[in-house]
Amino acid sequence: MPHDPCTRPIDKSKLVSTLQSIVSKDAVLFEAEDLYPYECDGLSAYRKLPMLVVLPETIEQVQQILKHCHQENIPVVARGAGTGLSGGALPLEDGILLSLAKFNKILDINAEQRIARVQPGVRNLAISQAVDSHGLYYAPDPSSQIACTIGGNVAENSGGVHCLKYGLTVHNIQQLKIITIDGELLTIGASGLDSAGYDLLALMTGSEGMLAVIVEVSVKLLAKPERAQVILAAFDDVVKAGTAVGNIISAGIIPAGLEMMDKLAIKAAEDFVHAGYPTNAEAILLCELDGTNEEVSEHVLMVRKILNASGATEVRTAKDEDERILFWKGRKAAFPAVGRLAPDYYCMDGTIPRKRLPEVLKTMAELSREYNLPVANVFHAGDGNLHPLILYNANNEGELERTEEFGSKILELCIKVGGTITGEHGVGIEKINQMCVQFNALELTQFHAIKTAFDPLGLLNPGKAVPTLHRCAEFGAMHIHNGELPFPDLERF
Amino acid sequence: MNTSDISKELQDKVITASNKKTPLSIQGGATKSFYGRQTSAEILDTRDHQGIINYEPTELVITAHAGTKLSVIEQTLADNNQMLSFEPPAFGDAATIGGTIACNLSGPRRAYCGAARDYVLGTRLLNGKGEILSFGGEVMKNVAGYDVSRLVTGALGTLGVILDVSLKILPRPEAEITLAHQCTITEAFKKLNHWARSPLPISASCFTDAGMHIRLSGTEGTIKATKKIIGGDEINNSDHFWHSIKEQQHSFFNNDRNLWRLSVASNSKELSLNGKYLYEWAGALRWLLSDEPADKIYKMASSLGGHAILFRNQTANDNTFQPLPEALMKLHKNLKQSFDPYGILNPGRMYKDF
Ligand SMILES: Cc1cc2nc3c(=O)[nH]c(=O)nc-3n(C[C@H](O)[C@H](O)[C@H](O)COP(=O)(O)OP(=O)(O)OC[C@H]3O[C@@H](n4cnc5c(N)ncnc54)[C@H](O)[C@@H]3O)c2cc1C
Repeated sequence: MPHDPCTRPIDKSKLVSTLQSIVSKDAVLFEAEDLYPYECDGLSAYRKLPMLVVLPETIEQVQQILKHCHQENIPVVARGAGTGLSGGALPLEDGILLSLAKFNKILDINAEQRIARVQPGVRNLAISQAVDSHGLYYAPDPSSQIACTIGGNVAENSGGVHCLKYGLTVHNIQQLKIITIDGELLTIGASGLDSAGYDLLALMTGSEGMLAVIVEVSVKLLAKPERAQVILAAFDDVVKAGTAVGNIISAGIIPAGLEMMDKLAIKAAEDFVHAGYPTNAEAILLCELDGTNEEVSEHVLMVRKILNASGATEVRTAKDEDERILFWKGRKAAFPAVGRLAPDYYCMDGTIPRKRLPEVLKTMAELSREYNLPVANVFHAGDGNLHPLILYNANNEGELERTEEFGSKILELCIKVGGTITGEHGVGIEKINQMCVQFNALELTQFHAIKTAFDPLGLLNPGKAVPTLHRCAEFGAMHIHNGELPFPDLERF
Repeated sequence: MNTSDISKELQDKVITASNKKTPLSIQGGATKSFYGRQTSAEILDTRDHQGIINYEPTELVITAHAGTKLSVIEQTLADNNQMLSFEPPAFGDAATIGGTIACNLSGPRRAYCGAARDYVLGTRLLNGKGEILSFGGEVMKNVAGYDVSRLVTGALGTLGVILDVSLKILPRPEAEITLAHQCTITEAFKKLNHWARSPLPISASCFTDAGMHIRLSGTEGTIKATKKIIGGDEINNSDHFWHSIKEQQHSFFNNDRNLWRLSVASNSKELSLNGKYLYEWAGALRWLLSDEPADKIYKMASSLGGHAILFRNQTANDNTFQPLPEALMKLHKNLKQSFDPYGILNPGRMYKDF
């Protein structure tokens, strides 16, 4: 029987004392005032207080907690740093929020093997800092890297500005220790480059806390490039900037990072960090090249040529390391920078085939007029991952709803042009309805079957990531796609 | 190029088999029928489901029907100065892309650029109920839903019949050379692990009786500079050499003994198992010709944090793959059940139990 909140009321005080017998007394939070910090993740439009929060610090404790929840049919939501942008760590009011904040130790750095074994609550940036003296680093670098945890990164398959060349989380981890809902500890992946059986490492990556709790992560480390150089190019037209991206790739160059920002984003970032961005440009591209000294020199020349030939109005190479960092600072701070332009902003995360960029931007501009909400665009241009940021004011009656509707239109546009509703932020609770557009009933049923293979009672993060078919039927009644009723064979209510 | 889509036909066959609960053996060019446990069942031939459906060099993506010949894909990419950077072994001209992905076999570049699974962006599948399902897509970043496309990569057809696959592709390096070093295996390990900690453009490494071979890939300037750091003698048949390693045509492989593939931590010491060795991937991949008992080999691999595969010469009842711990085996069976409830897709090809 999947978890059903109506079947049995949970005796909270009994649960508190059981949990306190597993972890230390002060590692169980149950008073409302202690629960508030956990009421939402980075998507603060959705809030809910958990029944209680538990902060274990050993693998055995997590095993015992999960075993107990399994026995008593209590749902569990895992949480890293709570920087997720899709409501993945949104608590359940009848469930336990399992914080991995105390799992914050780097267990082993094996420089020779280029692997770091860390606990899931370790912050992304802390790994690179810890291995820096060995000349190594951990490549995936989400803009939230100061705060987000490696456990959260695995659960979301997070990317960063360097993933065009160095891959996403799934490409940069080697082994996980996970605990399934029945308390079983499993090691998946291996110390070698592949492992026996199915690729559960890939299945776990991006599974949004739905399949198991991650309690240890072995990440791959890379040698720091000998040299990195960034080029900034300005364009008087976003389409030209998009074409330039294709031209660089056609020339056989895979830049370490290739980012685009539109006018509103440029202006916001410039006002915020004074990176020296040309604020009169319609779009800028930041193109980072790294590798050996010779390779970077050769590629910088080639890329400058391509950018000029693609109609750039200005092409600038960072004159030193400080300027390189400054160029990136503007990009990495783009979200908070845009956030200063309005009381609230809503960050979207669709991916599209790059060549469809002009029509997507055009439609988005039309939608922006239709909904009367400004939108700034930050774009991982190399891999087609768009982050439109919709500016709004939640205090204005109905504006949040309008924003969400605008947002879902953007996601459906991404699907229509052959892309996806989420490139790196995950589905969580936020994009659950759009999952009904991207996948049909059979595919969603297959997802549920996978979930059942790990968690037959449906206790891990229920209600997230994969919608029920009933939910899709309800949503479909509102959204008729191409004149066809989605899920026609399901009863409506 | 002509494409032919026989999804419907394949679907009908799977539905019939699932109704009758009779197993199917999924087969493309049959170049890898030696790989995995030896089973017998009615053959589901994918070769007529072939052709490149979409290829756009600037988007770095290619999508093809599973029966498309690997050689056709590689030639098409080469014509545009691109490649499958996991350098898959074909083991024969008939090899298809579907079989390549189902086996997740990757060649010399793997340790430096990633495996087949790292380049899979999306798949269209037939599960064991005969349902056609699509996962992932043709874009580089996609985290909507579980990563089923990577899960079926390397699943040896036990979870679904791969109908179509989308792969990320990369530009071919401007230049490549191979340097030969005379040294002992201990020195080779030491050097390889040391170099891997510097940002050098190494794209393959191998240690045979003839010493260590290292391939460099990149721009002319990089290669020239790196050659000075690494030293050694440039060989003049670089492509041929790596092809012979990848396709197991090197004289090492010309042998009747059991061929084992051990995947272990790259800095593991020399193994105490009797036999003849060939090393790749900076020591992370070790080919072993040996008559040692299987149990002993599996035990050794697992003690080094890795696993072993009886790659060639298995007999009917052999366990080809490293035994799984009980809890993991249970999870595998559950997953198999979720895709193929009647157990009709390549049953027993990976493990006896499913
Ligand atoms: C300003 C800002 C910039 C961002 N930039 C990027 C970016 O560039 N790229 C990018 O990809 N993302 C980005 N994000 C999103 C976010 O930082 C990532 O999704 C990150 O991986 C979340 O990590 P976390 O530790 O905060 O996880 P949380 O938000 O706590 O949790 C995220 C999900 O993971 C699950 N989870 C967490 N820990 C575990 C565990 N140990 N076991 C099982 N499940 C677990 C949770 O249940 C939840 O579903 C950004 C966010 C912000 C606020």
